[in-house]
Amino acid sequence: MSSSLLWAVDVYGRVYTLSTAGQYWELCKDAHLEFKRLTSVQQCCWGIAGDHQVYLYMHCSDVPIRCQEETYENQRWNPVDRFCEKLLPSDRWQWSDVTGLKHQTLDSFRLPSEHWEWEADWYVDESIDGEPTEKGGWTYAIDFPATYTKDKKWNSCVRRRRWIRYRRYKSGDTWAKIPSQDDGPLPDPFNDISVGGWEITDEPRGRLSLWAVSLQGKVWCREGIHHHNPEGCVWTEVMTPGEVVQISCGPSDLVWAVLWEGQLLVREGISRENPKGSSWVVVDSPSTEVGASHVAVGINVVWAVTKDRKVWFRRGVNSHNPCGTGWIGMVGEMVMVNVGLNDQVWGISCEDRAVYIRQGVTSSELSGKTWKAIVVARDDNRSHSESANSLVSAGCFFSGEVRVQSQSSVMNDTESSSETERSQTAQSTSPTHADAMKRRIPKVTSDSFISELVSDKERKPGRDGRDDQEEGAPLEQDQKSVPQETSIELLSQSSGQLGARESQWSNVDLEEAQTPLTAAASDTTETSSLSSVATYNLEEQYGVDEHPLWAWVCGGGCAVDSHTHLNWFNTSTGVSSSVQSMSLSITPAQTAAWRKRIFEQLSERSKRELENFRHYEQVIEQSVWVKKGIMQWWRDWKPNKWIDVQFALEQFSGSDSNRDGILFIYYTFNDEKKYLHAFINEITILVPVLNDTKHAFAVYTPERTKQRWPIRLAAATEQEMHDWLALLNLSCCDSRGIHGPPSKQAIWSTTCKGDIYVCEPAPNLEAVPYPLPCDQMFWRQIGGHLRLVESNGLGIVWGIGYDHTAWVCTGGYGGGFSQGLASSTDNIHTQTDVKSVYIHENQRWNPVTGYSSRGLPTDRYMWSNVSGLQECTKASTKPPSPQWTWVSDWCIDYNISGGTDMEGWQYAADFPATYHGYKKMKDFVRRRRWARKCKITTTGPWLEVPPIALWDLTILPCSSQSSVEEVSLWGISNKGDVLCRIGVTRQSPAGTSWLHIGTDQPFKSISIGGGYQMWAIARDGSTFYRGSVSAENPAGDCWYHIPSPPRQKLKQVSVGRTSVYAVDENGNLWYRQGLTPSYPQGSSWEHISNNVRKVSVGPLDQVWIIADKVQGSHSLSCGTVCHRVGVQPMEPKGHSWDYGIGGGWEHITIRGNSQEAPRIVMPVPAESALEKSGCVAEEGGGDGGRTASNSSVLGGKEEELNGNAVSC
Amino acid sequence: MADDKDVLRDVWFGRIPTSFTLYQDEITEREADPYYLLLPRVSYLTLVTDKVKKHFQKVMKQEDMGEMWLEYEGTPLKWHYPIGLLFDLHASNTALPWNITVHFKNFPEKDLLHCTSNYVIEAHFMSCIKEADALKHKGQVINEMQKKDHKQLWMGLQNDKFDQFWAINRKLMEYSVEEGGFRYIPFRIYQTTSDRPFIQKLFRPVTAEGQTHTLGDLLKEMFSAAVTPDDGEKKYQVVIHGIEPVLETPLQWLSEHLSYPDNFLHISVIPMPTD
Repeated sequence: MSSSLLWAVDVYGRVYTLSTAGQYWELCKDAHLEFKRLTSVQQCCWGIAGDHQVYLYMHCSDVPIRCQEETYENQRWNPVDRFCEKLLPSDRWQWSDVTGLKHQTLDSFRLPSEHWEWEADWYVDESIDGEPTEKGGWTYAIDFPATYTKDKKWNSCVRRRRWIRYRRYKSGDTWAKIPSQDDGPLPDPFNDISVGGWEITDEPRGRLSLWAVSLQGKVWCREGIHHHNPEGCVWTEVMTPGEVVQISCGPSDLVWAVLWEGQLLVREGISRENPKGSSWVVVDSPSTEVGASHVAVGINVVWAVTKDRKVWFRRGVNSHNPCGTGWIGMVGEMVMVNVGLNDQVWGISCEDRAVYIRQGVTSSELSGKTWKAIVVARDDNRSHSESANSLVSAGCFFSGEVRVQSQSSVMNDTESSSETERSQTAQSTSPTHADAMKRRIPKVTSDSFISELVSDKERKPGRDGRDDQEEGAPLEQDQKSVPQETSIELLSQSSGQLGARESQWSNVDLEEAQTPLTAAASDTTETSSLSSVATYNLEEQYGVDEHPLWAWVCGGGCAVDSHTHLNWFNTSTGVSSSVQSMSLSITPAQTAAWRKRIFEQLSERSKRELENFRHYEQVIEQSVWVKKGIMQWWRDWKPNKWIDVQFALEQFSGSDSNRDGILFIYYTFNDEKKYLHAFINEITILVPVLNDTKHAFAVYTPERTKQRWPIRLAAATEQEMHDWLALLNLSCCDSRGIHGPPSKQAIWSTTCKGDIYVCEPAPNLEAVPYPLPCDQMFWRQIGGHLRLVESNGLGIVWGIGYDHTAWVCTGGYGGGFSQGLASSTDNIHTQTDVKSVYIHENQRWNPVTGYSSRGLPTDRYMWSNVSGLQECTKASTKPPSPQWTWVSDWCIDYNISGGTDMEGWQYAADFPATYHGYKKMKDFVRRRRWARKCKITTTGPWLEVPPIALWDLTILPCSSQSSVEEVSLWGISNKGDVLCRIGVTRQSPAGTSWLHIGTDQPFKSISIGGGYQMWAIARDGSTFYRGSVSAENPAGDCWYHIPSPPRQKLKQVSVGRTSVYAVDENGNLWYRQGLTPSYPQGSSWEHISNNVRKVSVGPLDQVWIIADKVQGSHSLSCGTVCHRVGVQPMEPKGHSWDYGIGGGWEHITIRGNSQEAPRIVMPVPAESALEKSGCVAEEGGGDGGRTASNSSVLGGKEEELNGNAVSC
Repeated sequence: MADDKDVLRDVWFGRIPTSFTLYQDEITEREADPYYLLLPRVSYLTLVTDKVKKHFQKVMKQEDMGEMWLEYEGTPLKWHYPIGLLFDLHASNTALPWNITVHFKNFPEKDLLHCTSNYVIEAHFMSCIKEADALKHKGQVINEMQKKDHKQLWMGLQNDKFDQFWAINRKLMEYSVEEGGFRYIPFRIYQTTSDRPFIQKLFRPVTAEGQTHTLGDLLKEMFSAAVTPDDGEKKYQVVIHGIEPVLETPLQWLSEHLSYPDNFLHISVIPMPTD
């Protein structure tokens, strides 16, 4: 699980973070400032420091924040100078932006702030629309402005080229000051700040809303914050009807503010187009007597605190009704509350100033159940605890004495003790300690609180020394007056240094706090408020319940929900330490020792007791075990329907624990009892087909794979289905002798439902001329939910989920429905995945009302699926199966091919048609897509590789005997960054970190071959070869742009030992010709096949694809695993396809299988091998020529796809 | 590294090669040949010796055959102990096969329980499982099971069906992660040298502070003589399923993986062989 952070500020303005995986508050490393307000999201944290400046803390990522700057160089041809910079007076600037209207020379570009740096110098972009240009990067046109082409023609009068340069944000993992504004109205100092709004727009841009309140009560909004500009550009004022004291911005469209008078303001009209909203609505304070003092909003919740510290929950809040309906008083008194991710609620209690989390907050119960205190120590306490303990004896007599005085003036404990020590040493006039004293003197001024913290670490050795001293020289009772004097003296010194800033410092919630101690503090002068701080510290260190006092908490970036397991609630430090020691005591090494011993002893025992006695009779020789049940079966003949059947699995086991079984389906046909059976050892795959109406699964045998018609069975309940699947799966594996985790050679595949299958390749899988027919491959399911899996021959297996999370295989097996015996124990983990469900809203134009939901009688449903054939309303659409739960509300999806207008509509002349994102004269219909996210929680042998979300990945194919130390693993982030994984070895398949490889555009597909040949495809279809990648230079040096096949845009590439195959957007499979060691880029693309969705080329240049429109004897299937037959070193293109499992397959990787097939002398010509069974539909002749392969054997229409077990 | 599941399999499929010899004083019509059988360690003698009985029936008159009972080197073998335990306790460190003497007369009433039918074994077996679950989960798991699940446990043992048995038994081995183990570990410590049949007390898998208890911790508390002092000579062997797990082995793990089908950890403490 990836961890995330809870941020908090203590009463001294020190910033701490608490990791969801951690057990300690960690002091923010870069603590040169004290803060009064923080607001965080997952990628960053904003804060207002004591100097009233806004600071940004961006978490460092393996992928840097980089921003492309571009400018165009324009030239015109004249007969004398040819192309030159002399332009006509009417022409554009010689250096301009893309439109030509803005003059911009290379040196006019400035870095936006001191937090940026240039990555390299300017260079020329040598590509246009995914195609490489001539050297120099010029593109030609007749005149400005016009269509530019890469070829120079006779009438090309002008040319231009694009210059690009990247700048990089460099102030990660540190507090970077937001530069003050040069122009526009300058906001007065800020008092409150709140970030959110990332769900208003779509993920790729990563826009954030940042709202701030100034001391004068004005509201400001920071413009232009997104991924590539984390700092934003400018503050703009948002007018308010009154003086605002505090504001809160949710992840989505909720923004609430608190007015000075105690009412609340709600921002209305926030939308994708207008993230700042349009107007304010006033909502009364929850309590008639007392005004509100604080508000916090999430996605669908609003919490408020009134001035009497009571906590309130707002009922009925959602994006349609941001104001909600009414207040509910909650138990507990809080200084402030904060709503974080998943609408989880955090608060700081009035009573003890501890951070609380609201327990039991779920989407159905947003108000939660109870408050629970987070009880964890602080990291600095931990490191000091030893010395603190050793101080206790010394401190005892201090505390009593000092506490009396503490209301007026005393340092904190460490200070006072060090004072003691200093005074002691002062008596011995040690020069070193005198120095130390000097260094600490200015600590009482506001800034110096931080410098004190900074010096904390430096001081450590000194402290240890002091501890020694203390042991050596125990304090005596009569010395105690000395430290007090010293401290008072110090304080008077410091009060002299208290400047105008002191009042700012007191803004840290201290004066508002109504605990007795702070109340006392706020009553007295500046100085005493500081001393009250010291009092706190004193309490904290010497008091019985030693815990930090918090002023502010922010959970906006803290990814927890009601199920998250947190180690934050240790009731005492004793327990926490013992928990720790327990986890420490079972180290893997020790575990291995005793466990290994038991394994050894057991096998010794078996040998001793059995080896010489195998001829003895067994007590129980052989037996039959029958399990029966009632199920429904989708009958084979028409009309197809579900009929009730009796279902039985008979298993036989012999003395050698080998087993076999038969599956019986007893049905009645015309009052006659009949049955259907399948031998367990013939079953090739079991596919669950969960949907919201049936708990069904499909059983395939080779014959049924050929027919594209499995045995489909439905159990009464989901549990029953899982029990049967687990049992059948176990029987199938037993009958084939498959146990334990998948081998390194295993072939992995995934279905469009996200199910993961693995196949142990038979040695003759790639045999020539008689390969194992594809439909005989046995696939078993592995737990988890993934979109794609990649592997290599060393057993390194990675996967990517539908939510783009990267996962690494732990080497376990089972999970999902395979519990207990069919599953390994220690390496099965919880896995989650999120995907979207889409429905379409359709409308027709009529002259009276314009577009409306009243269609023609012949029209599709006004709410439908994409084809329009099925009605799908918001209310009736359910998650794909009971395993999925909704995690968001329906929202408009703007990311649809063809584009949309501002409201997400796409227009067309009529249904069904091609849609476009703007209205034309003859457009009579329109549609828009709604998306709703759902989440699955399952188990499997997968561990998350946080934090970067991936789009594609590839692993260096190598044989299982390979001695490769570090394995090349490349990925493409979901933003299109190319990444190279560092530190991937057999022992640590997850690797350590990503290395970012700069590219000029986002990428989408990548593959590395056996000889480190690296090919990749950009999102615009440009294909690249990366030069000089090797074991020694894993990142390579530069990209070579490869022209695409004519008029096609490539979308996926796979590189084997030498072969390079690519698939284009129209489903054509291409083979790269002319690859030689000296010219690895090759010369041209050769067409191999159509109807291809994905290709995987193995370490022996095996070619496997996922194909569409594969004809079976019963029905047609799309998403079918196919194997290229006849691939040989001299014939890398093979000659035909063999069809395997299919109907709904999404991905396959053959890249782990490096087993050479046994060599057989060829007794018959290759062609006749194909005709051995009718199932192998032949495509193309042995020559693999383009004409032949284009003559599609795959007929039929997609509407006839009813035979698919897994529909796509 | 091998999987923990393999331990369960190895334990289940443990077999002791045994030779059954008819007691010399039994009256036979002709000389009886010894009978050789691989006895499942996890099963019970009376459950697996039908074949033995049939074998000797051939040479004996019906009227001379009382209830069969078995004896090893003068010790009557209690059928209600699992076979593996009997072997570990009485016959460890001896040459294989295990020589068991078969009697049909003079049933030792004071040493052995009668076993008239398999139903008696089933009742004994199920009562053990229930007792074990009472210790582990206050009996909640076994009580929530259906009758057919109980039956499946027994049938699994009777028919030597590992999968059938463990499909149910795994539920008895579950525990909440927060508690770090069962409530108490169901165990019994046996020794040949004592008059007490066995030691059985309440013992938790983790200490109050959350520290895991090991096999060594258990023995120290229950039978400290079995733990070899650091400087001393090893006097006892601690045997479970014919192996001597190291004393550092966590008790919880042992209970989950080395328990007999009756869900008890049967531990034999036997004197070191004096050779």
